[in-house]
Amino acid sequence: MTATPATSTDRLASLGRARAVLLLLHLRTFIALFLVTGYFAISAPNFISADNAMIMSKHVALNAFLAIGMTYVIVSGGIDLSVGSIVGLAGMVAGDLILHGVRIGDYIIWFNVPAVIAITLALGVSIGALNGLLITRLNVAPFIATLGTLYIARGTALLMSDGATFPNLEGDAAHGTTGFPAVGAMNLAGIPLTIWLLLAVAAGTAWLGARTPLGRHIYAIGGNERAAILSGVKVRRVKMFVYMLSGMCGAIVGLIISSQLVAAHPMTGETFELNAIAAAVLGGTSMSGGRGRIGGTIIGAFVIGILSDGLVMMGVSSFWQTVIKGVVIITAVVVDQFQQRVQQRMALLQRVAA
Amino acid sequence: MSEPTQAASATAPGPHAPALLRLSSVTKVYPGTTALRNVDFALHAGAVNVLVGENGAGKSTMMKIIAGIERPTQGEILLDGRAVQLHSTDEARKLGIGIVHQELNLFPNLTITENLFLGRELTGTGPAIDMAEQRRQASALLHALEHALDPDTLVGDLRIGQQQIVEIARALAQDARILILDEPTSALSAPEVEILFRVIRDLRARGVGIVYISHRLEELVRIGDFITVLRDGSITGSAEMTQVDVAWIVRQMVGASTRDFARAADHQWGDTVLKAQGIRLGRPGAPGFLVDGVDLAVRRGEIVGIYGLMGAGRTELLECIFGCHPDRARGSLCLDGRELLGADVATCIAAGLAMIPEDRKADGLIPTLSIGANLTLSSLLRLCRGAFLSLVREREAIDRSVSALAIKARDPAHDIGSLSGGNQQKVVIGRALMTGPKVLLMDEPSRGIDISAKSDVFKVMRDLSATGIGIVFVTSDLDEVMALSDRIVVMSNGRITAEFGPGEATQDAIVAASAAGHNLLP
Repeated sequence: MTATPATSTDRLASLGRARAVLLLLHLRTFIALFLVTGYFAISAPNFISADNAMIMSKHVALNAFLAIGMTYVIVSGGIDLSVGSIVGLAGMVAGDLILHGVRIGDYIIWFNVPAVIAITLALGVSIGALNGLLITRLNVAPFIATLGTLYIARGTALLMSDGATFPNLEGDAAHGTTGFPAVGAMNLAGIPLTIWLLLAVAAGTAWLGARTPLGRHIYAIGGNERAAILSGVKVRRVKMFVYMLSGMCGAIVGLIISSQLVAAHPMTGETFELNAIAAAVLGGTSMSGGRGRIGGTIIGAFVIGILSDGLVMMGVSSFWQTVIKGVVIITAVVVDQFQQRVQQRMALLQRVAA
Repeated sequence: MSEPTQAASATAPGPHAPALLRLSSVTKVYPGTTALRNVDFALHAGAVNVLVGENGAGKSTMMKIIAGIERPTQGEILLDGRAVQLHSTDEARKLGIGIVHQELNLFPNLTITENLFLGRELTGTGPAIDMAEQRRQASALLHALEHALDPDTLVGDLRIGQQQIVEIARALAQDARILILDEPTSALSAPEVEILFRVIRDLRARGVGIVYISHRLEELVRIGDFITVLRDGSITGSAEMTQVDVAWIVRQMVGASTRDFARAADHQWGDTVLKAQGIRLGRPGAPGFLVDGVDLAVRRGEIVGIYGLMGAGRTELLECIFGCHPDRARGSLCLDGRELLGADVATCIAAGLAMIPEDRKADGLIPTLSIGANLTLSSLLRLCRGAFLSLVREREAIDRSVSALAIKARDPAHDIGSLSGGNQQKVVIGRALMTGPKVLLMDEPSRGIDISAKSDVFKVMRDLSATGIGIVFVTSDLDEVMALSDRIVVMSNGRITAEFGPGEATQDAIVAASAAGHNLLP
């Protein structure tokens, strides 16, 4: 290196600039959250109130669950289009078990609510496992595999009731199936159970990503699958896990929605997968894999949720809302590309400075 | 030439043959390494200009500069005595410079004709491609190359040797004045090589300046008019072919001055730790074997160097040992008394194997992870406290690795991309060592890193072997294999063709063994 003092100061200055820009970029979802919240606080009456915050949180939570599962799928380099359909199917299965039980010959077996929840979650995990098997064993591209299960799960949900809704999921005391509506309606210490559950799932998955070998392996696979294989990462198992986790998140949402509505409709959750992907991407998850955090995804889900609820409160037409959502997502991805370029330049500057 | 052909004598190559293209003091620096240092090179018209050197000597970089793929960091390119700037392959092509790459750049999903005219499709007056004319020209070209292939055949359906012919035809189709052939015979059978040589002589007679790159010294002596030898990015020799012999070429390639490889310290080897017998790996989707019945035994503390040309099956052998092909590899593989063939990579690592892959970028690094996370990736379970990853223990392990391997990193939390090539390689080695291997497999460990990082890596290898780790390393560098190995194994066409104990090997014998069995297969 024949660096003159002038060029090395230049380099330090540009390194400093790059650092500042990078910090802003890292915090961009936060900044977006502040901007939307601030904007609606001023322009939408009653936007800032405890009641409204609670209602919005419940809305956001549903998308956030799906987005959490989606984040690790995308970080591992895949995509899961089937979660929306899993939401629908899970609700239908839960509803069916509560209303009709399981008929074996002349007998009907009834399950209590915890058992119904366990079976429904297991169903979500199994569909995730099916996705995982298709992808890891039969080498089906994730987009296609989960597109297939999207249709299969949705079709199955419709078949279960011939397209009809399962109403009145209060259950029957005689069969011991009561209590299902409480899942979505119950409050603990003044905060809905759904929110507590979201906090638990978010904390658990964030911990998993940051502090366990499995989490590190998910990031490694998304960064460079071949290198991960050669480093002894059991890629198939890790991929199975992320799709099973995503399936379980779908089932959780299916349970919460059908419990809140006290009814299960087979078309519930349609296009939810797209909202989940949007939240993850908005939160900084890179579609090419290897990058993304649960914290970012949650904030992303809040930005989307607050944006749509705020626009509703301001009386903006839902058609416009859809357009705005699209613009926000594209902007997020463009900014993400920009961030990666800055990061690469930063890496080179660090190399020169080292 | 001792027997100049009639045509060639018209533009008889001599010391005053016209230089069609000149590189003047060209230097090329990549992040982390200097590929070319102050190179002066004259490319003579109507002559075969041979370029030779070991892997990483800078041949490909030089050709990329001439073909407009890369631009020199310093220095200039003179075409017909005038300085030119080549910003793209397209500009180079317009100036009549064509290149046939070592790795084929064809589209298997398109036909021969479509491949030949890709990017410069012949159109009549309208926007539509003039299929008939393209087909006619393609047919004529193939005919000139004595390969009467149907121009409508999909390239994917051709044998590799035929694909090479198509690649050459593509360069010829552009009426090149300068034609660069990078290892054109590596996939050709003996009769195909003869045809290629006839074509080359014909082109030479027409005044085309040909640059011919190859590892096969016998070939070079036969076909070349001028020879230029590169070593470590500098030209070490340049002469008319009639005035030199194979021994001279080898001397210039390898250099009289010994690099800092110092022979392995004299230490006693232990018992056999890795024993591979009859390892076979079939070609996917074709008859024949990539690895064809290889026996290999490694003792504790021994460094075994595997030498061979590209495609000799060296990498595939390491992959078989390391569990990359658990379904396809055959034979038997015993590590410390435990049968490992058919096990997957994770099991092999747990059993005490570790591998440094050849292609650091594609198979080694995780670009999205930090330096530290790249180091600990293979050893995470060991760094756990319960189900938690202990960040304290991880940090300790990273620090130990960074200081043991002298990795020049300011902060292990930085991106892996912030390191130079040599330090990135050390990170990959550090990851392998952290698993506590009994046998370390290294595929071209010095590829793409500069001299000082190379000697660091070699020192690490020697130190490791002194601690009782068995090392198997693959290289295409004669000097390296001779200086570092306790035992040298030469592979060709998937088989071991020679084996040399300490002090038994000579460069000529190794080169001869690496060419054994070539050009005999169809």
